[in-house]
Amino acid sequence: MGMTITEKILAKAAGREKVSPGENIWMNVDVLMTHDVCGPPTIGIWKREFGESAKIWDKEKFVIFPDHYIFTQNSHANRNVEILREFAKEYQIDNYYDVGTERYKGVCHLALAEEGYNVPGRVLFGTDSHTCTSGAFGMFATGVGNTDAAFILGTGRIWEKVPESLKFTFNGTLPPYLTAKDLILQILGDITTDGATYRAMEFDGEAVFDLSMNERMTLTNMAIEAGGMNGIIKADQKTIDYVRERTQSPYEIFESDNDAEYLNKYEYDVSKLEPIVAKPHSPDNRDIVRNVAGTKLTKCYIGSCTGGKLSDFQFAAPIIFGAEVKVPTFVVPASTEVAKQLEIETYKGISLKEIFENAGCMIGQSSCAACLGGPDDTFGRAQDKDIVISTTNRNFPGRMGSKQSEVYLASPLTVAASAINGFITDPRDYI
Amino acid sequence: MESRITGKAYVLGNNIDTDQIIPAEHLVYSLSDEEESKKYGHFALSSVPVNEAGLPNGGIPFIEGENWQAEYRIIIGGSNFGCGSSREHAPFALQKAGVKAIVAESYARIFYRNSVDGGFLIPYESTQKLNNVIKTGDEVEIDLENNSITNLTDGKEYQLKELGEVLPIVEAGGVFNYARASGMIS
Ligand code: SF4
Repeated sequence: MGMTITEKILAKAAGREKVSPGENIWMNVDVLMTHDVCGPPTIGIWKREFGESAKIWDKEKFVIFPDHYIFTQNSHANRNVEILREFAKEYQIDNYYDVGTERYKGVCHLALAEEGYNVPGRVLFGTDSHTCTSGAFGMFATGVGNTDAAFILGTGRIWEKVPESLKFTFNGTLPPYLTAKDLILQILGDITTDGATYRAMEFDGEAVFDLSMNERMTLTNMAIEAGGMNGIIKADQKTIDYVRERTQSPYEIFESDNDAEYLNKYEYDVSKLEPIVAKPHSPDNRDIVRNVAGTKLTKCYIGSCTGGKLSDFQFAAPIIFGAEVKVPTFVVPASTEVAKQLEIETYKGISLKEIFENAGCMIGQSSCAACLGGPDDTFGRAQDKDIVISTTNRNFPGRMGSKQSEVYLASPLTVAASAINGFITDPRDYI
Repeated sequence: MESRITGKAYVLGNNIDTDQIIPAEHLVYSLSDEEESKKYGHFALSSVPVNEAGLPNGGIPFIEGENWQAEYRIIIGGSNFGCGSSREHAPFALQKAGVKAIVAESYARIFYRNSVDGGFLIPYESTQKLNNVIKTGDEVEIDLENNSITNLTDGKEYQLKELGEVLPIVEAGGVFNYARASGMIS
């Protein structure tokens, strides 16, 4: 019996020939990532457990991105960043990307890709559930809590249960009115928010390999919304090109054997799919956009590790071009690199940034911003009974701020079309 | 590890995500400062929609007024308990509020790991749906040796799934104690 790509990477990390789903294995970690919300408690546990002489197992492999609660007056939130800063100084952590410096990056999952930490064949653990995003690079990436992270920080090792794998194949050519966000929302509606719990989600098919690295990250990013341990896409030439622009680190390409075992396989013909939304209050509350078209909105939001990448703004800009948004529309480039690209990339000779500004969008600073609500003064936060359409990944009650608010999740195309009308709009009306 | 956990049950529905367990805006407090960390107990389960808070009827706040501890020791949940963000603040907040164990049909992976590896509370899986037969406020007892839960108000007993491979970590009180006991770290 063959092995899946996930099993092969885990076997390598455990120093074994073969692993099987259900087995608990101890494995070596290649990269550990943390941020301002979970970094301070992780460091606290690490110091408590390893004592005064606590040592970081490998400084090169430990990365810290402050990104969650950054541009706020909240003193507790600012204290968290202060703790990270002090820690990075005391332990001389080179891979610390401090706020207020040239090095500041923004949202960790995109930053990992941009800074060359995502390399095929690697094992990445992060104190954030969307760490699964990095699986777009043909590597094993998953989220853990602070205790597990503290354990890794001191030992470079952790236990994990080898997951069963699910395979999602997208055949055909993606029509211009669909994006990776529609594909993953389609899956979520099919398998629900616990359909992949403790499982690997492998994405395959020509429509997947046609996607840019940015779009592939949208697919793997939301594996966790189905409960998935990891999402994964085999590395190809696009992956290698992206990685080589950023790092010379050696990579190893794994792929699933033909006779690998899957718990379930799903196949889609992308030409038959429609633009999708997830209605309040769950990412699996799927509907087609046409069915909710006309729903009045009070806010639109384009941002986060799911929907704040350059590709997302490239989708949104042509629709917004020359129009005016009818409701407050918040644009948050996930990383500072994306923010710079918004000034450089153009559509019909005008920079994307100008297109959004001219349409009346508000552009925020790179960070997680209102994707997870955050302190009261967070940019774009849902207030009172706001009805929001957003390119983010979660719409649980209160996720974007107010508990009374209602959030629809959709592709950047759908959000852009909705923004210029003030109500939910099918992007096909503009494409 | 004690062999029995007894106390009042607080009953919840499916898909209780970590934002409902501890809303994101409260993640800024220190977890190690004794006084400040009480806030986690105070805000535990504060974002559960009112009609789902304390089933079957809802409308029962988990924490009363300004308290930071609940009168409940055991949470009865449905499926996919603890889904959403990876915050370890979630099992911590429940532990702080006085919860010793959860009995749910299934768990999200990260919440489950956090509960076990951090030694915060015991995440038991039930073998049947329990949130429609146990009511908020019922006095219940978990028997850890026989993997069962009894509703003391009506005497009915239900089987729980064995903890299996994570049992030694639960017994040790978390992954660090476990690793120390097995000589993996000093
Ligand atoms: S952008 Fe949202 S989902 Fe992504 S890391 Fe930040 S808070 Fe999490």
